[in-house]
Formats: sequence, C-alpha cells, structure tokens
Amino acid sequence: MGDDASMRRFIGRDLVLGECPARACVELRGDPDDASFVRAVRTVTDLPLPLDPGRSAAGLLASILWLGPDRWLVCSDTQAGSDLAASLRAALAAIACAVVDVGAARIVYAVGGSNARAVLAKGCSLDLHERKFPLGHCAQTLLAKAPVLVHLSGAEPTFEIHVARSLRDYAWAWLRAAASEYAAEADDA
Amino acid sequence: MLRIACPWCGARDETEFGYGGEAHVALPADAAQLSDAAWAEYLFMRSNPKGRHRERWVHTHGCRRWFNVVRDTTTERIFAVYLAGSPPAQLPDEPA
Amino acid sequence: MSQPKRTDAGGRIDRLRVLRFQFDGRRYQGYCGDTLASALLANDVHLTARSFKYHRPRGILALGAEEPNALVQLEQGAYTEPNVRATQIELYDGLIAHSQNRWPALGFDLGALNDTFSPLLPAGFYYKTFMWPASMWLRYEKAIRRMAGLGRAPCLPDPDRYDRMHAHCDVLVVGAGPAGLSAALSAARSGARVILADEQTEAGGQLLWERYDIDGHPAMAWVASVMAELAAAPEVRILARTLVSGYYDHNFVVACQRFDSPRSSAHAPRQRLWKIRAREVVLATGAVERALVFPDNDRPGIMLAGAVRGYLNRFGVTAGSRVVIATVGDDGYRTALDLASAGVAIAAVLDLRVRAAGFLPQQARARGIEVLTGQRIVATGGRMRVSAVRVQPFAGGTIREIACDLVAMSGGWIPTVHLFSQARGRLRFDARAGAFVPGEAMQPVRCAGSVQAAWLLHEALAQGFAAGGAAAQACGLEPARALELPQVSEPEATAADVALAHRGERASRRKQFVDFQADVTLADVGLAAREGYDAIEHLKRYTTAGMGVDQGKMGNANVVALLADARGEAAGTIGMSTFRPPYQPVSFSAIAGMDAGELFDPVRRTPMHEWHRRHGAVFEDAGQWKRACYYPRAGETLHASVQRECLAVRRGVGMLDASTLGKIDIQGPDAAEFLERIYCNPVRSLAPGRCRYGLMLKQDGMVFDDGVIARLAETHFLLTTTTGGAARVAAWLEEWLQTEWPMLKTYCTPVTEQYAQVAVSGPHSVELLAPLCSVDIRAMPFMSVRTGYVAGIGARIFRLSFAGGLGYEIAVPADRGYELWTTLMGAGERFDIAPYGTEAMHVLRAEKGFIIVGQETDGTVSPIDLGLDRLVRSDKFFIGQRSLARPDARRADRRQLVGLLTENPHEVLAEGTQLVAAPCTLARVAAEPVPMLGYVTSSYFSPSCGRSIALALVEAGVARIGQTLHAPLATRCVKVTLTAPRFVGDSDEVLHG
Repeated sequence: MGDDASMRRFIGRDLVLGECPARACVELRGDPDDASFVRAVRTVTDLPLPLDPGRSAAGLLASILWLGPDRWLVCSDTQAGSDLAASLRAALAAIACAVVDVGAARIVYAVGGSNARAVLAKGCSLDLHERKFPLGHCAQTLLAKAPVLVHLSGAEPTFEIHVARSLRDYAWAWLRAAASEYAAEADDA
Repeated sequence: MLRIACPWCGARDETEFGYGGEAHVALPADAAQLSDAAWAEYLFMRSNPKGRHRERWVHTHGCRRWFNVVRDTTTERIFAVYLAGSPPAQLPDEPA
Repeated sequence: MSQPKRTDAGGRIDRLRVLRFQFDGRRYQGYCGDTLASALLANDVHLTARSFKYHRPRGILALGAEEPNALVQLEQGAYTEPNVRATQIELYDGLIAHSQNRWPALGFDLGALNDTFSPLLPAGFYYKTFMWPASMWLRYEKAIRRMAGLGRAPCLPDPDRYDRMHAHCDVLVVGAGPAGLSAALSAARSGARVILADEQTEAGGQLLWERYDIDGHPAMAWVASVMAELAAAPEVRILARTLVSGYYDHNFVVACQRFDSPRSSAHAPRQRLWKIRAREVVLATGAVERALVFPDNDRPGIMLAGAVRGYLNRFGVTAGSRVVIATVGDDGYRTALDLASAGVAIAAVLDLRVRAAGFLPQQARARGIEVLTGQRIVATGGRMRVSAVRVQPFAGGTIREIACDLVAMSGGWIPTVHLFSQARGRLRFDARAGAFVPGEAMQPVRCAGSVQAAWLLHEALAQGFAAGGAAAQACGLEPARALELPQVSEPEATAADVALAHRGERASRRKQFVDFQADVTLADVGLAAREGYDAIEHLKRYTTAGMGVDQGKMGNANVVALLADARGEAAGTIGMSTFRPPYQPVSFSAIAGMDAGELFDPVRRTPMHEWHRRHGAVFEDAGQWKRACYYPRAGETLHASVQRECLAVRRGVGMLDASTLGKIDIQGPDAAEFLERIYCNPVRSLAPGRCRYGLMLKQDGMVFDDGVIARLAETHFLLTTTTGGAARVAAWLEEWLQTEWPMLKTYCTPVTEQYAQVAVSGPHSVELLAPLCSVDIRAMPFMSVRTGYVAGIGARIFRLSFAGGLGYEIAVPADRGYELWTTLMGAGERFDIAPYGTEAMHVLRAEKGFIIVGQETDGTVSPIDLGLDRLVRSDKFFIGQRSLARPDARRADRRQLVGLLTENPHEVLAEGTQLVAAPCTLARVAAEPVPMLGYVTSSYFSPSCGRSIALALVEAGVARIGQTLHAPLATRCVKVTLTAPRFVGDSDEVLHG
C-alpha cells in the first residue's frame, strides 16, 4: 500500500508516540467581526469561534483551532470530511467566507507523557512550559525543518502535531530519533 | 537570532518569519501616469538607514500575517511592532 | 601503578575509584574526578604537546578552557576528536588520548628544526616568504599545513548521537562560581525560571580549589547547600558540563553540554547543543590568569600559579617538588603557602614588585619562604622540563640561578569578557585591574564577580546576589525576601602590578611567548608594530596572535599591552580585538545535532511514491520533493527509457504523477478581481468550468510563476503553480491581499497537500478514462474542468495537458491517490499504458515549446521575451504592467526565446551552452573573448522529431530566426539554426490559448 494503513507507534519511558487515525479537517476563513459568520459556525459545531491567538475550542461534535485572525481549523473525529465541509458550507452559504477540506493534506502524530515536552523541545523553539502553553493551546511553528501545528490536546500532557502528508516519513523519523534516549532499556533504537 | 513579537502570535524565533523590506512604500495609485524614472524610484530605491528602520515582516510559519517592525539596523533592537496598514509607528523619543 | 605526584589526602577526587587511561600509548591511572590534565600531572607527565609553529616542547599550563598548549587527540577511529584541551577532559575508564603535531614522537620531533631555523620564520612570514612565485603556493601550503598541524579530523562517520534542545528562562546565569551561584539563588528565590550553566562537572568555580570559609564553614559546604536549594526549586534547571559558547542577538545563547564518555550508551546523546532564549542574563564567567613574559617562558613545568594551586587543592596533585613562584601580585603567595602546607619545597618567591608588604607576603616570610622583590626571570633552563631559572633584580646586578622543576607564574587576572563582548557590550579598560572589563551593555545582561574585576570573594557574592535579584525584578518578579549575604573571611590583598607581567627582556635573543598557542613572541609583536601593523586588528592578522583555537584567551591581554608599549601609549587606549562566537570550538556533530543522514533535509513524498519505488523509478529532487524521473525497464538506459516514455504519450497513453504541482484554493466575492490584478492575462472573462494558462509577473515585469487558473464557480478558483513555486506564490498572494488590497474579500488556502494529481496523456487517454468517469469527458472542451467521480473516487477532472496533445488531469484527495493511480494503471494495461517521469515530461513540453519557469526564465525574462505577449492584456491593471510599458521592455535586442536545431541531428547540446556569432572554440574564446549572444535553456533528443531540439534565449532572437549561430565547445564548434520555439504542432491544442 502506498499509504501505509498500519499506525505508527512507539512507547518509551514516560513517552508515547503514535499516529492518530485520519480525521475530518476543514480550513475555515471568514470575518470574526461578522456576527452572522460566528453564529453560523456555532450552529454547525456547537462551539464558540476562538478569537484569541493560540486558543482552541473542543466539543462533542468538533474542535476548532485558531490559525490566524481570520483562519481556523475545524476538526471532527465523528464526521466525514466532506460532510463537515458540506454542513459548514450550507450554514455559511450567504456569507463571504471560505470552507476548504484539508483532511487529506495532513497527518497527526500524538506525543504524550512527561517526556513529551523534552522530545518536542529538541526541534521546536516554542516555550512549551505549562504556564506559557496551557491545555488547549495551539500554535503553528517549525518542528525541526517541518512546518507543523502543535496542539496541547490532553493534560497528561498529550501534544498533537499536525504535519503535511508529504512529510509523514520525515516527521516520524525525526520523532523516533528525538525519542530514542527515552527508549525502554530493552528496546533497540 | 532575532526574537520577533508577531502582533498575533507573540514572540517567536526569526526562523519562523520572512523579511519584506522597507515598510510604508505605497504602490502608486497612478502608476500609468508616472514617468519611467519615478516608477524606477518606487520600484528599486529604498532608504537603507543605519539606525531605526520601519520594515515589513511576515509570520510565514505561524499565522501568515504581514506586519511592521521598527528595528535598529545596528543594534538589532526592536522598538515597536504594529499591524500592516497602520500608519508608521511613532516612538516616544522621536519628533512626530 | 603509583601516581607519584598525588598527595596522600585531599582534593575532590574519589580515591577508591581508579580509572585507567592511555596517553601516547603509555598506560596510567587516575581517579574519578580527575581531568586528563590532572591525571597526567599526578603521573608527573608535563610534556604533552609540541607547539604550533616551532614544535617546541610544551606542557600543561592552565586549569581550564584557557589552556593553550595541552591540546590532544581524544579517542581513535570514528570516535576521535581533535584539539581537545586536556584540562577539560573529564577522565573516564579506558580513555585513550594522543599528543598532536609531532613526528615521529613527542620526545623527538623533527619539526623542532623549525625552532632552530626560526629566524627564517618571523611575524608575517607566510606573507613574506611564500608570495613568489605564486604558482608554488599550492605546494608550500601543503607542506606548511603538515608542519603547522593541529589534530586530525576523523575520517569515519560519527557513530555517536547528538541533539539540540531549545530552552526558555527568565534568568540565565552563566558560571556556577560564587557570583553565579548567588545570582542563581537570588533569582530563584524571587520565583524566576532560572537556568544555571557551568562547564565543570561540579558547581563551585574557584571555590573548588580556593581555600575560603563561608559562614564559618569550608566554602564547598555553602556551595552544596546552595545547589541543594536550587535543585529542589521546580523552576530551576541546572546544566552541568555545559559550556556557553555563543551569545547572540536578543539574548539568544548557545551552550554545548557534554554527557558521559563516548560509547557510553547507544541511546543517549554524547553532546547536546542548548539554544537558550533568556529574558535576562547574568554573566559570572570569572577570569583567567595572565602569564608572565620572559625568555623561554614556555618550557614544560612552567605553569600558571593559580593552576598549580588548583591542581593541588582540587585534585591532590603537586605539579612539582621544588618550585619557583614568580608573581606581580599577592596571588602568587597563595600558591606558595598552599604548596608549602602540602610539603612541597618552595625554592623562592620572586615578586616583580619592589615592595611586597601585604598580609600574604608576610605569611610567606613567616613560614620561612625566601621572597625576592624587584627581581624577574631572565632565563630558564631544561630541555623537556624546566630545570632552573636565572633571576636578576630589575635594577641590575648579580644573576642568580635557582634549580627547580616547576615555575608557577602569576601575572594578575584577565576577566573573561568574551560573552559580554559577543553580546555587543562595550568593554572598558579598568586601570586598577589593568584589564578590560564589561562596560555599557547592549542587551539585557548583567555581570557579577571576577568578570567585573571584583577579585574579592565577598564582592563576588554581593554582586551575584544583586545581579540575580535585579534580573528577576526586570522580569517583573518581586525581589526575594530575607536574603542575607553569607559572611566570608578572607585576607586583604594589595593590588597586583599587572604592567610588570608583559615587560619581558628586550635584549634577550631567546623566545619570549605572549601567545603560546599561535607561537607569537614579544619580538613578533615588536616587529609587526615597526612594520606598520600597529592597529590591534592588523597586528592580530599579521602575527596570528589570538587566532589559534583558544582565540588568545590568555595571550591577548599581553599582546594588547605590548602593542600599547610599542606605540608609546597607555594600556587600554588601543582597544581590544573583537570577540566572536564561539568562545570555545564546538564540534560539527553537536552543531548538526540530529540533522544528519535521512534527517538532513526533509524529504517530501507524494501519495504514489511507494508505487514508483516498487516499479523501479529513478527519482530526482525537485526542491524537497522526490519525483519519479524515469522508469527504466530491465537493461534500459536513461535515454532509452525517456524515448520510450515519450513515444507512449505521443502514440498511446502515459501517466505522470503531478501531485507536487502547487495548488491554491481562492474563494470570495472579490476573487476574480483579485486574480485579475495578479495575472497578466484576463481572468474575469473566464467562464465557470473553464481553465486558462496564467502568467504571474513581479512588479519589474519579469515572469515569476506560471500555472493553470481553473474557475470552479463564480467566486471560487483553483490555481496551480510550479512545484518549486507553491510556497512562494501563496506568500505572494497573501502579501498583496494583506498589505495592498485588504478591502478585497478573498481567501487563499494552499491545498497542494490535499490533492493527489495524475496526468493521463496521449491519444488513448480518453478511451482509458471515459468508462471510469461519472462525467462525459469526451464532451469536455479543451481547458475545462468538471467535478465528478473517477473509479468511484470524488475527483476534479481537468482537460488539459502540459505534454501537449490530448490529455486529462485527475485530482483526488491525497489519501485516495494511491488507489486512483493503481486503478488507472490496471485499466491502462490494455492500452499498454506507460508511467512517465519528469524527464519525459520535459521533452514532451519542449517539443511544444512550453516553458518551465526557472529553466527558460531566471527573473530577467518577461512575457514579451518569451513570445507570450499575446497573453498580456494592456487594458487592465496587473502586477508588472507599468514595467512592461517601458520602451526598454520592447527593445529589439533583448534576449528572446527561440528554438535551436543543431546541424547534426544527433548532437544534443548541454543546457547552458553559450551561443556566439562566428565559429570558434572555448579554447579560442579564452584567449580572445567574443560577445555571447545567448544560451541554451533546454535541450533534448526528441523521439517525435527524430532529432535533437533545444530552446534558447538569444539576443534579438526572433529577428534571427532562420539564421545560424555557433555553440563553442572545448575543442570544436556546433552550428545551430534558429527556429520558432515549437517543434511538434497540432491544430487543436494550444495550451496558451
């Protein structure tokens, strides 16, 4: 298979790396000052549109991550990408905005455990201290030489790293190399 | 490596940004009426000061927004950061 | 095996843990806690190196990073590392080290002939001696490099792991001596996030070897309690064995951390590069001792007095058994007293000052140590180790010879201001200390302790507390409550007279070293100054003083002082050469970190990559992308494979993975208006469902990128860009939207990664695709787009072809790309479908005269030059329009795109070949230049034409069509005829239409 369906996984000392199942992702563009836009998004997602940089909103149907002052990423584990895009498009039909399906464009890796921050700090210049990068925070940045979206989705902590599909192998090889010092003793790196 | 405060995302390393040269060089509205010399002046000539420089940066690997920075080209000190489209930032110690 | 120079007790070593090591093939033992240098001295080994230029025997001189002599080659084979200071190598069991720059052996080195013939090697000898004849320099250089060698670089890949770590803090404290520790403590108590970095294994700095009491206990007890408090603080990170090497803009500080010995673990890194961003920095970098300048001051066994004391007190090593101490201040007496307490015979203390009346000199005299004041060393004896010194009063008089096996010299202290200076801080000459100290800071940085020439312990502690607290306050934190300065008992010291350190003996014909590592002498500095190189930066380059791998940490102070003397000016007035990072060499492995091998640069793969690989594709790099270049069958050459792939497209059907093409989704009510301004061709007139070839120009009118504009709906477009231009174009669109036309309601979203795209090209493409498509593709006009299903996958179907002729491109979500590709390949079997790669694509498009941006263009080529001016609309505004309106843009003699046909149809010219008017060869051109009229941009053998074809940019090319030009090669010349840039024509397909 070209797109290897087997999920990648690595378990080390206080560290888990893994590839997340594909999820629906839509890039949403629009004017946050337009109340009808914000309302329509809420109707579909049952979430308030996060307006502050680096914030996200998470609910049962979807989560919304801030990407820019007029850019958001809407993700859902429970809906198909085309359905999510279609329902947003329908709700936003009369509003100047853009709804673009980007679910196939990305791979999401999860980096979890108390060594997760150290692994990411090897390639990421963000300050990931829990006060500076609290739960739910997201940021677009570079991880080593790959542009990524980092999202602290779980308190354990668990970071989700969104990376372009074409960089799937590079990002995994980098994460594995960065994690090797936390390999369980019996494990061969 | 500079640390630049993106007006949206906050302080990030220089590697996340792209440089856009001098700020506040307006695209002439009447380009067709300009002489070739005046057009060349707009296109190629920049002030290139030693000292404070108002310049454009873009947060390429972040929010992708363009913004303006006042930076001292000799000390690399950054005095102010402001949104694209705003008038030139006035610093407290500068004559208006 | 005994360690003859080890004391019976004392020192911060673990005498129960014996470590074995080898130096130059001989086996020795040391203890856990030793450095290689201390272990060698414990075994009475002083001779450790040959000097850089004269190959003079050299010994260990110093205690730490400032060591100029004892550079060794650590370990062997793939693990080897050259030029490591023995003073900084933490001893481990099994360590193997070798001396450098000697042949055949350290004790007998033929290179030492350089010393004998040294009058032939004065300052600047490289420039003077080897200038003529210039052609010989390449040979001289090889010989000089061999003689003036340092260590050898490893030739095998480094098997160890390295990485880097980003870190952020409120307060970074550099140095864990008394000032650094108190700074870290006061900052930590304020609640600041603190990083404390120190190059040593243990914290303490000078307290590791100086004998002080703090609060009534030995100083190291205070160090232990501070370290315990810091270690327990949640927001404090302690980086031991971490040498801060670079201080860059905006408080960006780089430090290199060493872990255990090489080969210690398969998983853990050997070194880690820390990239620290600190809001505030406290530099407590200390000071290094200054050497004295006197004849033959470089013999093994002549050491810095502080280092002698350090080896004794920290490592339990007596570096000699009969010691002469030469000093310009009270500090040398500490060494004398400590050695005497350890039972070492003190032959004499030579105080260069006329008066020595302080507390310490009195103590020395009281212990019966002979103190000679107002005297200096005028000569030394001994071959591989110092055996005697001759001393004489400054006033003249009898020369006395004193036998000794160790000379401890103390020329005062030099503040380690390197990092402060790297941070653009200004240096100030402190006349009292006789040295440069930190002046005005240009970044948020403070200094504390001996880096500020605060020599006394209580001063250092007080400055540290103040600096740490102020740094925390500058971060907006409350100052710590109840911070009490520890109480210190220390003898008062009278000022050192550092001006005595560098005087030397003007009359002596012996060498008097000022920069030990670069082998620069007092005479060299004088000669350079007399020859006019009397500015500090000129002198540095002319004599090479300060240009060794130690960057003159120890020597620079004396060089500057000597130059001031030579110019008859006061010390400190002539400035200091600039300190640049790194403070100390950092290995390339540490700098590279994990970015080596497969992680050197990201590789981007298309969804169909695995299929290409399994089917034998040869890949080429297109930026970071791997693209299938051609698919050779068994035994097929590149040429044969490409010819076959091209013919398959022209006669049957071929398939190309076009997923790497940049794709940008454009939506919004003003999308058409926006694109109308971006492209030089008309966009608004494009009907929904139709596509158009588009050219983007820069403001100077030159071609920037090209691609297809597809109008999916009234307010919805999809653009393609070149593979390499995807990011550039997306940034360009955002720039215009955000900075010039924010009023246009348009949203651009890069979707390159979202879609896999397959080009199905050739006369049979329609028969192949039609049964698989949910829309009637036969009814699709040329340059149109439909949405539907292909093989059950939701797809966009484009009717267009970059190869020319009949063709379609199918775009599906990237996660279905592999499935689409294999399905089409399967369905294509009955049409004998061939996958084709980028090389065949290049040939096919060149046959049609389609340009590739970056191949036919280089940023100086306009659409007019390419013959595409029919695309350019003059009745609208677009980026680049004004520049194209200049008369110059239509100058007849601009380089224009043409086709070329070689006289011999089998001759394929190399791309880049230049074109001239008259026949000649490159050999002739070299002698007699001729005007270049243009050059070949693309060149292939075209199977459809049965001959070679080429595209070229030629001055006034269009007017020359039909004429011949010449392509000079090395020994012959190729005649070419200029044609229109189109070699295979069809009536219906005009991509550029």
